Amino acid sequence: MARVNTRTRFIQGNEACTEGALAAGMRFFAGYPITPSTEIAEILAERLPRVGGTFVQMEDEISSMAAVIGASLTGVKAMTATSGPGFSLKQENIGFAAFTEVPCVIVNVQRKGPSTGMPTSPAQGDVMQARWGTHGDHPVIALTPFSVLEAFTLTVEAFNLAEKYRVPVILLMDEVIAHMRERVELPGPEDLEIVDRRKPAVKPGEYYPYDVEEEDGVPPMAVFGEGYRFHVTGLYHDAMGYPATGNPRLADQLIRRLVRKIEGRVEELTMVDEVQTEDAKVVVVAYGSVARSAARAVRLAREEGYRVGLFRPKIIWPFPAPRVRKLAARVEGLIVTEMNMGQVFREVERAVQGMAKVDLVSRVDGELITPVEVLTAIKEVY
Amino acid sequence: MRREIVFSGYGGQGLVLAGIILAEAAVVYEGKNATHNQSYGPEARGGASKSEVIISDQEINYPEIEHPDIFLAMTQDAASKVGKLVKESGIAIIDPEFVRELAPLAHVKTLYAIPLTQIAREETGRTITANIVALGVLTVLTGIVDREAIEEAVRGRVPPQMREMNEKALRAGFTAAKRILDEVKGDAVS
Repeated sequence: MARVNTRTRFIQGNEACTEGALAAGMRFFAGYPITPSTEIAEILAERLPRVGGTFVQMEDEISSMAAVIGASLTGVKAMTATSGPGFSLKQENIGFAAFTEVPCVIVNVQRKGPSTGMPTSPAQGDVMQARWGTHGDHPVIALTPFSVLEAFTLTVEAFNLAEKYRVPVILLMDEVIAHMRERVELPGPEDLEIVDRRKPAVKPGEYYPYDVEEEDGVPPMAVFGEGYRFHVTGLYHDAMGYPATGNPRLADQLIRRLVRKIEGRVEELTMVDEVQTEDAKVVVVAYGSVARSAARAVRLAREEGYRVGLFRPKIIWPFPAPRVRKLAARVEGLIVTEMNMGQVFREVERAVQGMAKVDLVSRVDGELITPVEVLTAIKEVY
Repeated sequence: MRREIVFSGYGGQGLVLAGIILAEAAVVYEGKNATHNQSYGPEARGGASKSEVIISDQEINYPEIEHPDIFLAMTQDAASKVGKLVKESGIAIIDPEFVRELAPLAHVKTLYAIPLTQIAREETGRTITANIVALGVLTVLTGIVDREAIEEAVRGRVPPQMREMNEKALRAGFTAAKRILDEVKGDAVS
């Protein structure tokens, strides 16, 4: 018996993520396996050496993140994957990557926390940690796939954004998407746009690694080992990369540029799926696996005549506040559904500024919110 | 049509794999949509294990199952916990070697007690193939996928050196189920 379509595969979100990373050109992985992200390390340990890449199982998550930054500085697209407690351990070095503008991708498959929590149960409790887990103001991008296919496409996107903006990008999956299997037809190389970091146009002696004219500029990045000498430090630094901690003007310029680099591009970094929002009176806001329950609830509600829609951010950081505000201006109510106690709910409230009523459907028992729970909320709010 | 299947037992019985094979048969060889989900405890072996498969001609959003149409119970604990959630119109298959108390399944219209593990032991000498015997039984009793599709899916998922043993287990499952269906038919005639 033949396959119906040779491209059809039945794979897990974690596996699709590794396919996306390889398709994006990732050739270095360092990590310390942890449920529910383990399959990513497992698969890459086998696949990377076959394509001339490097897989390193490090002694812990802190060193994994450090290795990823080091690899990226040598010009290789690099990533790590982890969950909950491991994501906490990576935070200091994520800050280092953000501050030194080293592109990299961190996969965090969210499981129920805090602490060791429930290792095999889903949650979305790390949304704020993805934004603010490391200390100090800093730029970051985070994406939230809701299907196995998106675990592929958004991983490719994560690398593209990391390379384009020289920023750590977090792929914020959850246990449901990571472990579920579903039918996919993955895009081939001809269907993908792959972005590589911009290299300096000047000769090595003329290269200033952090010299940019625009106030939200992304400097070109030299590859260590190609003759360009530059200094990389987690201290406030000047255009040459040397410490400049005693210079308030420079410090102000640097941190404002870094934050503006991402926050100032929120419109261009808005990636949202809106379903039936045009005539909607109430719109459900959902991301990741919960968006699957929300999509079903919206369909069921429509069948019963309720004018409802779905607003699903694929890029959760920077938060698409302008789009939410636009939506709020024409609907009566928004229902945020999430597996935490209101992390995106508060962002939505902040964006809406009282223009529409905002409600929260939250579940924090380690179980996925059901379509019936969302449907009930729709009927109550409507 | 959306049909929901739950396999439940303990870690080590191969029920996660069985669920993947069933879903893969539907997706790869029949062109349908399917999702597979697994839940298990922190322990690698011996803890409760559950494999959930949804097969549909349409898009599948919510990937979890509240009330299965088809249920396979390989431990008493599974039968007791999940059994009561099975749809009244559903089909339940239990292995009597592990499931003795049938009260939680009393409401289910069609219940089959088939010694899956015993069949595996006799046919292949390995109780670990009971999951594949179960797939054979389920295919014939429910018609959820075609025989050829499940055969291909089994071949595609097991290592080459284990292929023959698993094919034997699958055929044993087909035969056991067919015998039961023939008996039922015989009863109806008499």
